[in-house]
Amino acid sequence: MSIERFLNQAVSSWMNADGPQADIILTSRIRLARNLRDFLFPTVFTNEEANEVLRKVENIMPLLNIHPLQDAELLKMDLLQQLQKQVLVEKHLISPNLAEQSIGGACILSPNEEVSIMINEEDHIRIQCILSGLQLQEALELANAVDDQLEEHLDYAFNEVQGYLTSCPTNVGTGLRASVMLHLPGLVMTRQIRQLISSINQLGFTVRGIYGEGSEALGNIFQISNQITLGKSEEDIILDLNNVVGQIVNQERSAREAIVRQSEIQLEDRVYRSLGVLMNSRIIDSKEAANCLSDVRLGIDLGYIKNISRNILNELMILTQPGFLQQYAGGGLRPFERDVRRATLIRERLRLETKS
Amino acid sequence: MICQECQKRPATLHYTKIINGEKIEMHLCEYCAKENNVMNFDQSSGFSINNLLAGLFNLNPNIEHINKEHPFSANQIIQCDNCGMTLDRFLKIGRFGCANCYEAFSEQLTPVFRRLHGGNWKHNGKIPKRAGGTINIRKKIEILKETLQTLVEREEFEKAAEVRDEIRFYEKQLQEGGE
Repeated sequence: MSIERFLNQAVSSWMNADGPQADIILTSRIRLARNLRDFLFPTVFTNEEANEVLRKVENIMPLLNIHPLQDAELLKMDLLQQLQKQVLVEKHLISPNLAEQSIGGACILSPNEEVSIMINEEDHIRIQCILSGLQLQEALELANAVDDQLEEHLDYAFNEVQGYLTSCPTNVGTGLRASVMLHLPGLVMTRQIRQLISSINQLGFTVRGIYGEGSEALGNIFQISNQITLGKSEEDIILDLNNVVGQIVNQERSAREAIVRQSEIQLEDRVYRSLGVLMNSRIIDSKEAANCLSDVRLGIDLGYIKNISRNILNELMILTQPGFLQQYAGGGLRPFERDVRRATLIRERLRLETKS
Repeated sequence: MICQECQKRPATLHYTKIINGEKIEMHLCEYCAKENNVMNFDQSSGFSINNLLAGLFNLNPNIEHINKEHPFSANQIIQCDNCGMTLDRFLKIGRFGCANCYEAFSEQLTPVFRRLHGGNWKHNGKIPKRAGGTINIRKKIEILKETLQTLVEREEFEKAAEVRDEIRFYEKQLQEGGE
């Protein structure tokens, strides 16, 4: 497969770094958990019930007529190959849980990949919207519109006191998880990140690495999301998250300024060394790639590097994951082969940039 | 870097173990990592919400108590009559079986919700248009019925008749609402 064709198929709209505050904020994500009133939850339901839930949602698909869901595709997990599922997971469009463990699991995907609706994950329905940059409010509106459409045709499990009823008590109420993905090299370099994480935790938000729970913060990318889903309105949850994120963005900006002021030449050296590694290496593992990509992205944001576009980090962080590399290679790869492929893909991608 | 276990393959998994406050850096290849089962980071294992949940139920900070099969009383089994989920099992797996579990375990849930959600126990967000529409109407009918009661007691029959008509109007709406 040629790199141009591969990129055309692989890049989701949210990977284009064109949203508000895109120099620090990569994406905003909203997830709504919903269940159907008349079915047991996926944790205990039978295969027949799982398939009936899936059938019900499948039947109403032609009735979904709002913009992002027109021409949406239904992907059944049973019918996908292992590698296809892995790629969807790496793009954050489905969860590992849906890919591997669900019964009657499926996903409705909008053509621009901004909206994905997981069916029969931990809850019957999980609506997810991803937009680039800081656009929590817009993502919530999108998710709400999808939610309203589904609710016209499906009977939700809801009561006045506990709100939307979910499988896990940590999601009850609004069923809302709002997350923002940030690139924070300044706070990592100035060693402020640890303190920041602990104070964010105290405010009822969690901080995680790029691939969710338990994952490491590869390439200085952090995910911040709300923990409380009950007793606060959707708007308040988002407002609070917006405020916290706003503060972090300010701190990151001043950290970057401080680094430039104190050690400009060292920083420039680091940025260009990393660019050199990415442009020339023949073998590179995911950790080294992530760190170099982070440096290069910082160099672009600070204006050291001018001929490379900003979305390089967003794009290559996802595209250099094992599933994508194997898809690009057209088959299974052993870890060492992956590292070679990764180096090739990055070199080709960067050559594409400097050519134009 | 070479894998600490086999000393042959390159190490691809790097992590830090902390045991009794002592930090140990580990560098393993994928093969040895699998052998040693260190990749087993899935949500069902370890120090996850499921394990913590059982602890949350226990208001008495007595550690022995947490391990007991029945945290409330030894011979009382609380069970959801719709899906068969017992309170015990819910505590173990940290997941409800169906919407009805919320009612079945309602007495025990409020303190848990409070702890998980920063002191909150009552939904304060979106109300779905269809399911919520009938909730709003039902709420109105409840209030009107109370009003009717007081009006009858005060023998204000003219007003009571108006209220009765209003209740009928909403009840009709409720039936047409398809619930």
